[in-house]
Amino acid sequence: MKMTGAQIICEGLVKEGVEVIFGFPGGALLPLYDTLARYPQLRHILVRHEQGAAHAADGYARATGKVGVCMATSGPGATNLVTGIANAHLDSSPVVAITGQVARPFIGKDAFQEVDISGITLPITKHNYLVLDVGSLAKIVKEAFYLARTGRPGPVLIDLPRDVQIEQTEFNYPSQVDLPGYKPTFQGHPAQIKKAAKLINEAQRPLIIGGRGIIISGAYAELKQLAETAQIPVITTLLGIGCFPESHILSFGMLGMHGMAYANMAVAAADVIIAIGMRFDDRATGKVSEFAPHASIIHIDIDPAEIGKNVPVVVPIVGDVKLVLNALNKLIISTEHIDWFQQLEGWRREHPSTAIRDCEGLLPQLVIRRIYEVTQGEAIIVTGVGQNQMWAAQYYCYDKPNSLISSGGLGTMGFELPAAIGAKVGCPDTTVWCIAGDGGFQMTIQELATIAQEKLAVKIAIINNAYLGMVRQWQELFYGRRYVATPLSSPDFVKIAEAYGIPGLRVRHKEEVVPAIEQAMAERGPFLIDFVVEPEENVYPMVVPGAALTEVLEGPKKEAQAVSDSAKLPVSNI
Amino acid sequence: MTMKHTLVALVEDKPGVLTRMASLFRRRGFNIESIVVGRSEVPNLSRMTIVLSGSTPMVEQLRKQLDKIIDVVKVFDITAEDTVARELALIKVGATSSNRSEIIQIVDIFRANIVDVAPDSVTVEVTGDEEKIDSLLNLLRGFGIKEMTRTGRIAMARGGRRLPAAKQSSKAEGKRQKA
Repeated sequence: MKMTGAQIICEGLVKEGVEVIFGFPGGALLPLYDTLARYPQLRHILVRHEQGAAHAADGYARATGKVGVCMATSGPGATNLVTGIANAHLDSSPVVAITGQVARPFIGKDAFQEVDISGITLPITKHNYLVLDVGSLAKIVKEAFYLARTGRPGPVLIDLPRDVQIEQTEFNYPSQVDLPGYKPTFQGHPAQIKKAAKLINEAQRPLIIGGRGIIISGAYAELKQLAETAQIPVITTLLGIGCFPESHILSFGMLGMHGMAYANMAVAAADVIIAIGMRFDDRATGKVSEFAPHASIIHIDIDPAEIGKNVPVVVPIVGDVKLVLNALNKLIISTEHIDWFQQLEGWRREHPSTAIRDCEGLLPQLVIRRIYEVTQGEAIIVTGVGQNQMWAAQYYCYDKPNSLISSGGLGTMGFELPAAIGAKVGCPDTTVWCIAGDGGFQMTIQELATIAQEKLAVKIAIINNAYLGMVRQWQELFYGRRYVATPLSSPDFVKIAEAYGIPGLRVRHKEEVVPAIEQAMAERGPFLIDFVVEPEENVYPMVVPGAALTEVLEGPKKEAQAVSDSAKLPVSNI
Repeated sequence: MTMKHTLVALVEDKPGVLTRMASLFRRRGFNIESIVVGRSEVPNLSRMTIVLSGSTPMVEQLRKQLDKIIDVVKVFDITAEDTVARELALIKVGATSSNRSEIIQIVDIFRANIVDVAPDSVTVEVTGDEEKIDSLLNLLRGFGIKEMTRTGRIAMARGGRRLPAAKQSSKAEGKRQKA
């Protein structure tokens, strides 16, 4: 059957199981938008800025495990997607982005709204396509989805010239892909798995570091079996949160710059580390030369390029985490590490990293803790970036995979609201809380209109401290309290919400917190709470930037120890 | 320890593949000494020879990153292998009737060829490894080198062995993957 390019895209999306597209139309994409009218099974959600479309597709992908789809027109529409695509790339999120392009005869002529988006997104996509022949389109759509969701997932962009959307060709959707340059390794090497098992079975102080790869691979049961069989404590990266129930006795929280002190101490003391589906990001390792000085590291990851990139590894295993753990578990001897476990328990008692101090005013940590209590840990938490993100990671207890959605690698302020939209669209029956800072929230605040138009019951908690809080914290600790460009005056968020047709409340006092959260939960639709919190509250624990994980500032009392001059900080990615 | 590495890449003959690789060299901070692209024995596959300096772990990291590019079928570091490596150069040398025969003598010793003669110049074609071309250049420098172009290294492992990916691709012509 003959079809236009636009129809082929829509047919492909249907065949790939796509249910929703986050997008914003424009001239170069009009033929495709026109065709969408004939595909009611493809729900289109109109965002208010294309960055929101990319983040929403990313949030949808993370919440559901399916491929998220976003769409934008040529030129500025396409460039507005860039931040969201980079975000998905760094956090290995499966997203397919479709952009309009000027008609083929105009390409390279600096035509109206022409930009080389395939060139621009080259380093921030897993792969991308500029479609120059409608005959190749079906194959490209098939490949794009295959690439986005398999192996190490990531964003794939299809740039679609206007005239290709109109041109007709015979439609044949391929049942298989043919990509000689793309053959991910799924099964781990048996000899390496045997070596790893031997190391684990002989370990005195073993430690598992769980990353997002476990969540992507769906290896919760396998991880749990490994941890429980050999009684291995589990810590996670920020994006690994939820890969192992945090209420489990073997769970010791998150490592890294704002990780639990005891988790970082465990890294420093472990003799064998099993790093699973994580990539030793500098925020997780601290000073990399002093990372895990006593440990032999087993690194399991599907991406061979991650092995040995930042940290030397004794046993590398390339493969799908679920399959590797399955094979590994067969070789693990049931054992206990009582001394090691007690040592960790002791550290946890001595360094209770998530205790909330007594305070007259409203503490942001308390807000998060209360949201946890009221939602009984059943919500999906979508965070911004900065202090709100770290408190959300620390003070909510995550027992389920995909219950925390956060921009880890790129650290994109403004991710929270559109990503929460994506999560809510993907999981309409789950409570979704968007934890925002007053700074980041204003970067994508326009998506409140999307929420209102689509009647999405996203609950929004703004942690409003009238500062760009994390930057202010660094200025306080490392730049002699010179608060340059961080004090922030914000609009009345409750009135803003009201203007968008979303009910809201302002909370200034501790005792108002729970009733407000309950009111938000009782509301059928969206709800916004502006929590006016202690302005100069800091995130602790904090590893001194560029220092080893054990050099931890644990609270305000020890601030005197902080390096008060940035010039004294060790050279690192600060 | 920094040393010179030779990578051989088999890539799909598609637009943009060179850009993808070049972009990666730049982003990961690698300075390429030479890169040569041409057809391989497999239809639709090009073969690249890349020469660059770096420590072995750094080059290994680069090799893996290159391998991640979808249009790159396979990348090998053949530095440690026994290889045949060749480069071609065209050298235009200033020549007069009095020194032309001297130039021809040098060219003969190097088993190079004169491919063009003009009243005031000769153009020499030479093939060999980098050292051979460097030494010829040294000897010709005295006559005045007017223009020079070198192709950069192409390389191949000695003996009957083939690069595994080349075998795979030519045999299976892209064995289908289940999607």
